[in-house]
Amino acid sequence: MEKILAQARKLAEEADVFLVSAEETPVQFEANRLKHIQSKQSTSVALRIIKDGRLGYATGTDVGDIQSLVDNAVETARFGTRAKFELPPATPYPKVDTFDPDVESVSVEKMAQLGEELIALITGHTPEIICEALVEKETVALRLINSRGGQASYKKSIFTIGIVGSLIRGTDMLFVGEGQSYCHPLTEVGEIARVVLRQLDLAKNQASAPTKTLPVIFTPEGVASALISPLMTAFNGKTVLEGASPIGKRLGERVFDDKLSLWDDPTIAYRPYSRPCDDEGVPSQRTSLIEKGVVANFLYDLQTAALAKTKSTGSASRGGGLPLPSSSTLVIAPGKASFDDMVSDIKEGLVIEQLMGAEQGNILGGDFSGNVLLGYKVESGKIVGRVKNTMVSGNVYQLLKEISAIGSQPKWVSGVINTPPLYCPRLSVASK
Amino acid sequence: MTDIRAVSRQLAEALKEHRADYIEARLEESQRSHITYRGKELESAGQSTAVGGNVRALVKGGWGFVSFNDLTNLPDRIEQAVKQAKLVGKEESRLAPVETVVDTVANGKDVPLTIPLAEKKKLLDEYNEIIWRTPHLQTSVIGYADSHKKTIFLNSAGSYIEQPRTDITLRISAVAADDGEVQQAGLSLGSRGDFGAIRNLQQQVEETAKHAVALLSAPRLKGGDYTVVLDPVLAGVFVHEAFGHLSEADHIYQNERLREIMVLGKKFGGKELNIIDSAAVPDLRGSYKYDDEGVAATKTYLIKEGELVGRLHSRETAARMGEKPTGNARAINYRFPPIVRMTNTYIEPVKGSFNDIIADIKEGVYAKNWFGGTTSMEMFTFSAGEAYMIRNGKLAEALRPVVLTGNVFTTLNNIDAIGSDLDMNQGGGCGKGGQMPLPVSNGSPHIRIRQCLVGGS
Repeated sequence: MEKILAQARKLAEEADVFLVSAEETPVQFEANRLKHIQSKQSTSVALRIIKDGRLGYATGTDVGDIQSLVDNAVETARFGTRAKFELPPATPYPKVDTFDPDVESVSVEKMAQLGEELIALITGHTPEIICEALVEKETVALRLINSRGGQASYKKSIFTIGIVGSLIRGTDMLFVGEGQSYCHPLTEVGEIARVVLRQLDLAKNQASAPTKTLPVIFTPEGVASALISPLMTAFNGKTVLEGASPIGKRLGERVFDDKLSLWDDPTIAYRPYSRPCDDEGVPSQRTSLIEKGVVANFLYDLQTAALAKTKSTGSASRGGGLPLPSSSTLVIAPGKASFDDMVSDIKEGLVIEQLMGAEQGNILGGDFSGNVLLGYKVESGKIVGRVKNTMVSGNVYQLLKEISAIGSQPKWVSGVINTPPLYCPRLSVASK
Repeated sequence: MTDIRAVSRQLAEALKEHRADYIEARLEESQRSHITYRGKELESAGQSTAVGGNVRALVKGGWGFVSFNDLTNLPDRIEQAVKQAKLVGKEESRLAPVETVVDTVANGKDVPLTIPLAEKKKLLDEYNEIIWRTPHLQTSVIGYADSHKKTIFLNSAGSYIEQPRTDITLRISAVAADDGEVQQAGLSLGSRGDFGAIRNLQQQVEETAKHAVALLSAPRLKGGDYTVVLDPVLAGVFVHEAFGHLSEADHIYQNERLREIMVLGKKFGGKELNIIDSAAVPDLRGSYKYDDEGVAATKTYLIKEGELVGRLHSRETAARMGEKPTGNARAINYRFPPIVRMTNTYIEPVKGSFNDIIADIKEGVYAKNWFGGTTSMEMFTFSAGEAYMIRNGKLAEALRPVVLTGNVFTTLNNIDAIGSDLDMNQGGGCGKGGQMPLPVSNGSPHIRIRQCLVGGS
């Protein structure tokens, strides 16, 4: 890495080098049986340079192939966008625990056993169900150095268990599922099984939904599948800078119900998206996004922050290209209502667990629309069965302007977001 | 860069020595470039190179798979894959027999690598200027990417296949905003290496930008059942989501109930409905000579005259269902094992123009272009980039974008008109099992669906 940086500095004013090495071991089950064991080793090195004030960028898988990396970066710097930021010098980082050496040492036999136990619990309840399951361990080492002396390195371990069950009766298909991801090894599957069994129990009967506007409870999974994607687009500093965020000019204004608070916090220990610093070496921090209904902050990386004349929130994330602002670990503050209280408040309405296709609409404008893949009908304060052939459509800004209640029991969804259920008074439902 | 041909020779020797029921390896080297714009300015330009490989072993019906960037210690990788497969395997290995192939497929024409980055950027600059000439436009997003890769496939039966693949994609979206309202319209194109496919789009780009602005004042559709006419692009997405995924045999072969539902001969649609998947059609984004198990590409009828007549297979699913392999096992790159995937999927043309198809619709929706689509097999949703009311047989006002949903077992039956104007949508990418976006194409003539559920306000 130091050689890459040294070589780049001969041709460019500034540079940073980002190296990620990962070992992943997924153990996969198909049709209730162990089917695949995989092991994936990967290395990826990214070089970003600032040459004549412009950004150049290249990535490769071979750390030894310095020449191609530098040549590619220099070629792209000819037209690269103008760099408006300065790379961070050496700086202290908060202590954020993201690595547990025990993850690495879980044997594949043990992982296979966890999957088998989970499937046995679910098929024990519903023998005809067909499950696909994944038990995976992953360790990642990240290292970043730059031409201003900045450097960061940390390790991360992630252990994931996920299951999807399908139950087919005639041509009717029901899909249930649950997944958890953690930086410690998950050692028992009872909690995951309980979630799936509850879904199976609630979905046992079918109920029909009318075509009209109804009150709706989004479960934590429902919040994650329907509402988070349009919100995160709007809170992205890049969208704001372009003037394409519906809330971009409303910093400090009350846009949402005053019961709603949302923040991004990469410093929470042992969550898969937590980290001591972002992918540009800026220290991690908790960033409030919605504070009691008021738009509090947007998420920025170095370049976007410089263009917007503000400071990076330590939200740079690298996919395949240059760093971009992105959320890490999200939290929605819990409220006071129990789930049962919310259900019993509804005369006629829906509970939404999973929306399919919610991210296909005009996300930028806050619209979401999708088929209720898993959801239940509420009649006179009771869940009476599962709905099918039902579509809901709405706009997050209209929906979250007025919230009837926020649940008191939050839940981690896929290790990415910790959210309680949200009970909203009005959502458009179409059904046949 | 590492010479993967030299590595493949060592690997071929090592594969011979190992005791698995079947073992294969893939080596891959690739080069990519991308240019993205957000707003008036270029946001990111980058180039990348990658070299990697994998080994996949089958023992008693269980699979082990090892992928790596580090091409040293290959005998250890092979041993690890075999060890993993042994841990899984508890039954009999079954793979449909295929011919052993030794072949080196030639490079296609117009490899975008030979076009300098500056020339690619010049074209994108021109499109971006067109977008920005449109009044009321808030911003634009342009994403261009190309990749060229060479893959070497080897297996324990002695196959050696060297294949190149080039892929180009271009996505343009124009965003209009007014008074807190934000609307967008987009264009999505691609090709299997022909850079010409993304030239000369000036008029389309201009229309896209104007459409985004028009949407700001367009009404929302009231949700409910409508007669819907789909353009070839959206009908292509529909056939991919609504039926294509259900015909992938890896969902079916271990699931008794699905096997009953998807029994060959089952009626899904009218006499005029024919659905095909074919990687053997030349020069489309889903086209290839051999799949990632070294099986030659075929043209597969999935539905013929409304009846289920075929499905898409890997060697394992074909053997387990007692059907012929179709050459549909694909991996997005060396980091993944091949799984059953679509290639170029389309509805065969019948007769009639767009005007014939809408002529007797009193009130309906014309849905065009795509944002995306997804399926749970029984239920599917797909979203239109553009939508218009149809009133008394004529196109009427533009609507906000709509999302359509349906049930595969009824919706295909509700197709009551298939036009003659087959066109292929080359702008898509398919996701499955964490492998996305896989280059595919899909297409159709204009089609009409009775009683299609459309989400609205």
